Amino acid sequence: MDLAAAKMIGAGLAMIGVAGAGIGLGMLFSSFVNGVSRNPSAAPHVRVMTMVGFAVIEAMGLFALIIALVLLFVM
Amino acid sequence: MSGPLHQFEVKPLINTPMTIGGYDFYFTNSSLFMVLAVLVSVLFVRFGMRSKSLIPGRMQSMVELTHDMVANLMKENIGDEGKKYFPFIFTLFIFVLFGNLLGMVPYGFTFTSHIIVTFALAFFIFVTVTIIAFVKHGTHFFRFFLPEGIPFYIIPIFVPIEIISYFTRPISLSVRLFANMLAGHTLIKVMAIFTISMGALGILPLLFNTLMIGFEIFVAVLQAYIFTLLSCLYLNDAVHMH
Repeated sequence: MDLAAAKMIGAGLAMIGVAGAGIGLGMLFSSFVNGVSRNPSAAPHVRVMTMVGFAVIEAMGLFALIIALVLLFVM
Repeated sequence: MSGPLHQFEVKPLINTPMTIGGYDFYFTNSSLFMVLAVLVSVLFVRFGMRSKSLIPGRMQSMVELTHDMVANLMKENIGDEGKKYFPFIFTLFIFVLFGNLLGMVPYGFTFTSHIIVTFALAFFIFVTVTIIAFVKHGTHFFRFFLPEGIPFYIIPIFVPIEIISYFTRPISLSVRLFANMLAGHTLIKVMAIFTISMGALGILPLLFNTLMIGFEIFVAVLQAYIFTLLSCLYLNDAVHMH
């Protein structure tokens, strides 16, 4: 296997990590919807915390994306 | 056609470098947008607050809302001791916010999509926070890595983990902002290339891109907020030891 092909496969494998961010976001927003439907008056406060959690979880998926981009374009 | 990563290219605008101490300093498009971010934020605050009326107008209430947002964030996370660090945190928020938002202007350049810029900001915060902690608590600061009341048999695992997590703070803080900006702008450019190459069907990626632009503006504000929030949390750790 030559180096270019190995890089492509490696970049593809690195993107598996994004699945974790997907699961995390699904869990985050499902509990957000659950919480807000049980207590709609808490929505503004819970939404702020959800957005903070969203940004932190999304960053985890983006770390995997950065690894893939580094494999494809930098090395 | 230039690729999706072409937009992040740093190129000098003035080809004659300033030589300071044997190093060549170029005025690049990145530095131009940093100067623009500072100018726009100074104009935003000065122009908004020029009337200083009791009942704020549109511009003044925008400035006041931004100020109150950061002030509330600091009050909730640090408390009253945090008040003297307000100018630092507010400057940080405004600079990152306008850096992100200027990148959303067509033909704009996002300087926060470069790891060296965000790392410099995050490393500066890390050093400042560590110095504040040392000045406030002296050598008692080292108790930060060994909280009271933990069982003695997990100390060999706990202390290295705490030390590593403390020193990876600037990395995670900078990579979070940089990766969000890089990924968002790359996605928009990839979709723009699809629009050109798909012909009549190109309307579909164009519609998606329209939504993405709105989402990216939301992410730009959110990431500036997260950057400020995490700086506040680190400052809180320094001011009140846990």
